[in-house]
Amino acid sequence: MPRIVIDVERCKGCGLCTQVCPKGDLVQMSDEFNSKGYRPSKFVDPEKKCIGCAFCANMCPDVAITVYR
Amino acid sequence: MSEAKEEKIVFQRPKALCDVVTHYCPGCLHGVVHRVIAEVIDDLGIQEITVGIAPVGCSVLAYNYIATDFAEAAHGRALAMATGMKRVHPELVVFTYQGDGDLAAIGTNELIHAATRGENITTIFINNAIYGMTGGQMAPTTLPGQVTTSTPTGRDTKLAGFPIRVCELVSTLEGSAYIVRRSAYNPSEIRKLKAAIKTAFQVQMAGLGYSLVEVVSNCPTNWGMTPLESLKWLQENMLAYYPLGDYKVKDSVKELMAKK
Repeated sequence: MPRIVIDVERCKGCGLCTQVCPKGDLVQMSDEFNSKGYRPSKFVDPEKKCIGCAFCANMCPDVAITVYR
Repeated sequence: MSEAKEEKIVFQRPKALCDVVTHYCPGCLHGVVHRVIAEVIDDLGIQEITVGIAPVGCSVLAYNYIATDFAEAAHGRALAMATGMKRVHPELVVFTYQGDGDLAAIGTNELIHAATRGENITTIFINNAIYGMTGGQMAPTTLPGQVTTSTPTGRDTKLAGFPIRVCELVSTLEGSAYIVRRSAYNPSEIRKLKAAIKTAFQVQMAGLGYSLVEVVSNCPTNWGMTPLESLKWLQENMLAYYPLGDYKVKDSVKELMAKK
């Protein structure tokens, strides 16, 4: 099952990954803070819609996303 | 329930990119370009023979992030340093990574002469229309009317002249072989950017002449925008003045690309 793993401590909360998902809103901003005080993004995929296209990971300037397929 | 197929990693940090946190602001495309360069270095298998030259500017610490040999040049002198390295060690792959303040202001002289001599080196040029590290002053590439800390009412072309279009300028020089402008505001542009950087490195390795890839980039902090707003502003304003495309692809480069 395709999925992504976000390294929340590496994430700076820029949100670039949240705008490119072809399935809509599988990557969203979290309400919680990481240890640096950024709001990281989070992966929300209850219906298993992720296709592992890696668009979100491609946009990440901090290479905080790993994609599995 | 049957066991699912074994999972494979389809996207992860490239080997040639150090596993460290960068100092770049949230949303800065420097990180994306660093990663793309590292991916190309991995793809071509040239990590051991590549030398980068870091500029002065936000990317001054690029040597901490890209896992190849690196040198740090004085402001604007990256291409002079690269020329020396490549001539002494022609077997190396030498690239400079420079911003608009470094390449298009204090380093213009080095740029023009390195290009016209046809040095076999590659430049990755990050154009974000502002001096980022020093606090957002006007750069040679700042757009007319753009507000910066040194042009608080917008760039007045009567006073400050017009922005420099580096690709158009360098493409007129005989020694340049592959001069293209790309961006990184969406996954499709990032894919094109990667292909361009790969071609630029291959042009150098084939000894065809000077190659330059300009990346129209952003600066959310000094533009005073969120990262997402900055990408929108980039597409609406920067691309009108700096159109993406191939500005010079010599016939020898086309032949090389047809072979690959």
